[in-house]
Amino acid sequence: MAVIWGIVGLLVGLVISVQLMWPAFNFDLPWLTYGRLRPLHTNAIIFAFGGCALFATSYYIVQRTCQTRLFCSGLAAFTFWGWQLIILLAALSLVFGFTSGKEYAELEWPIDILIAVVWVAYALVFFGTIAKRRTPHIYVANWFFGAMIIAIAVLHIGNSVAIPVTWYKSYSAYAGVHDAMVQWWYGHNAVGFFLTAGFLGMMYYFVPKQAGRPIYSYRLSVVHFWALIFTYMWAGPHHLLYTAVPDWAQTLGMLFSVILLAPSWGGMINGIMTLSGAWHRLREDPILKFMIVALSFYGMSTFEGPALSVKTINALAHYSDWIIGHVHSGALGWVGFITIGSLYYLIPRLYGRTEMWSVKLVNIHFWIATIGIVLYVAALWIAGVMQGLMWRAVNEDGTLVYTFVESVKASYPFYAIRLIGGVLYFLGMLLMFYNMLKTMGQGKPAEAAVPTATAPVHA
Amino acid sequence: MSDFTSNFWDFYIVILTVGALLFCVWILAVMGKSKKEEKAANSTTHVWDGDLTELNNQLPNWWRGLFWVLLIFSVGYLLYYPGLGSFKGLGGWTQTGQFDKEMAALEAKTKPMYDGFLAMRVEDLAKNQKAMGTAQRIFLNECARCHGSDAGGAIGFKSLRSGAWNWGGAPIEIEESIAGGRTGVMPPMGEVLGGEPGIKAVVAYTFSLSGRPHDTNLVAKGETLFEENCAVCHGADGKGMKEIGAPDLTDNVWDYGSSEKAVMRIVEFGHNSELDEGGFAMPAYKGVLSEGQIHLLTAYVWGLTNR
Repeated sequence: MAVIWGIVGLLVGLVISVQLMWPAFNFDLPWLTYGRLRPLHTNAIIFAFGGCALFATSYYIVQRTCQTRLFCSGLAAFTFWGWQLIILLAALSLVFGFTSGKEYAELEWPIDILIAVVWVAYALVFFGTIAKRRTPHIYVANWFFGAMIIAIAVLHIGNSVAIPVTWYKSYSAYAGVHDAMVQWWYGHNAVGFFLTAGFLGMMYYFVPKQAGRPIYSYRLSVVHFWALIFTYMWAGPHHLLYTAVPDWAQTLGMLFSVILLAPSWGGMINGIMTLSGAWHRLREDPILKFMIVALSFYGMSTFEGPALSVKTINALAHYSDWIIGHVHSGALGWVGFITIGSLYYLIPRLYGRTEMWSVKLVNIHFWIATIGIVLYVAALWIAGVMQGLMWRAVNEDGTLVYTFVESVKASYPFYAIRLIGGVLYFLGMLLMFYNMLKTMGQGKPAEAAVPTATAPVHA
Repeated sequence: MSDFTSNFWDFYIVILTVGALLFCVWILAVMGKSKKEEKAANSTTHVWDGDLTELNNQLPNWWRGLFWVLLIFSVGYLLYYPGLGSFKGLGGWTQTGQFDKEMAALEAKTKPMYDGFLAMRVEDLAKNQKAMGTAQRIFLNECARCHGSDAGGAIGFKSLRSGAWNWGGAPIEIEESIAGGRTGVMPPMGEVLGGEPGIKAVVAYTFSLSGRPHDTNLVAKGETLFEENCAVCHGADGKGMKEIGAPDLTDNVWDYGSSEKAVMRIVEFGHNSELDEGGFAMPAYKGVLSEGQIHLLTAYVWGLTNR
């Protein structure tokens, strides 16, 4: 059976929309109207770029690995158009200043309801496809996508419960410290399930495919998958250390964040060890380079995260630019690179080719973006530690050595370096966009054959 | 006070926490075991999408060890620190306890110095360079955000260098302003004065008191209006009344902007929350800063215009 035109068009549309969302990286300019652009930036990256990439790759992967067509392609088309509408509404409403004031969940309640509807439709399509799969086992990538879909539904609905006042204003159903707890339960799991589990799903398909190697260890994926799920849900309060949140909740937030190191690294090991045996190909295959660097950043960020959640370190780093650096090493390094690598694999295949229009351009993209990340992250690491140290420096007489504005002044050169890093990363994205257009111009949408169900070779 | 509204939530947290940890222990223990027959096969024999297969390698020992260490660490941590519901932890640590301890240590270290400062008169303290160094650092961190690093103020924020004191400029008065805060109220006078012509006349009159250029034709009308409406607070001579913080209108110092437009705005609307730039109050610092710190700041602020 063939994957029909409609589905292919859908996937391509998603990929294009992903590309269109990329310039959003550029909004991270602190001297523009920051209060509105910042939520637009985070929403655009997480939900527009990340979301479209997840929709596209998960629909592709679930079809390939279940060896069947999507369940209810009409509904899949609805999730595409619905998601694009949400993105459009988000962009407009945030710029016009409508916000619920909850980080990463700023959108007002009518949009929240739309998100919930589209997300449930997504769940139906995804799990429907799993249900009619023609393989005996559910592939590991689909575990992660499935976990993401369920968890995000719970988180989004739980966190967005609000009492509407008008069509564009609502107030959270939770008050005070409860609201903060719910907010960060949601906030950190947006990282944990949306930006980690979802993209691990991507990794588990595209890394072995591109490397032509089997997954390193099934049992490792079982352990780290379940451990990840059981620990991530707790990590939220580490955003609220040394606040009005009760001591016990802070302790649990910190502890489970520390434990998270192991399950996170489990995923990294499985990815990197899958690549082992194909090391020689790193020399000429830029897609593999993207993937190995993505996994390295994943490992680094998930080491940094538990470290930052330790109270002693958090006391230094909290509220400083170190946190921004940490987020971007995860977002640019891990989420960005694994997506880029995956899309470089995916795009030509949607057009009946096996390679991008220019592999050389992919290679250039890799180096520009890598240098960009390193500049960005290193600048903010230094700035963050410096800020933390300046804020806590105390004179003999008990007064603070520096005023706040002095720490801002001292951060200035690092903000410049960070901007250069961001620009480089953005330029890489432009190259990718050009390369994609060229690839699409040369090929024609493929009607991919559904892989025939291979009989499992049970002994 | 307990963080929990009932015992149920206490148990709920404990059971979930212990459950999650036990689950990690269980899955690590079960999957960490090496079975001989699996070692030999080393593949799950599952195949997807043509060529996707899985090996089934053992968990790397270092990673397994790391996981165990983290789990054991968390058990120890939960015993020592508060975490399991209302269990306080064997170490008796609380974040407020940590804060109090660190503040007490700082207090013990700086108390002799501040005791020395408290024993000095403001006038002498203002000449003490070391004391003023400390005072300036406190000022920059606590006061500069409104009054400016140079104490020159801004529109709506009192300049401390102008020499004009709405609430009095004697050391004891300044000390009271810092400790207790100040809230001055200018009522909206627009309607009472008969709209724009009246406001303009009153402003022309006050400008004449400050020796500023003004429309001399309006002064007579302005004076009458002033005596009827403004003098009750600002005084018949316009020199203000420090008991209620009514500013002196003869010293050419304008807290909310000196242009005719700005002054007219204040007369018309007063300063209250309807004005974006109005209605700022000096907060009380008693309790935020120590007695010694307030005393030191008094000397610093007084010294700005009295050295």
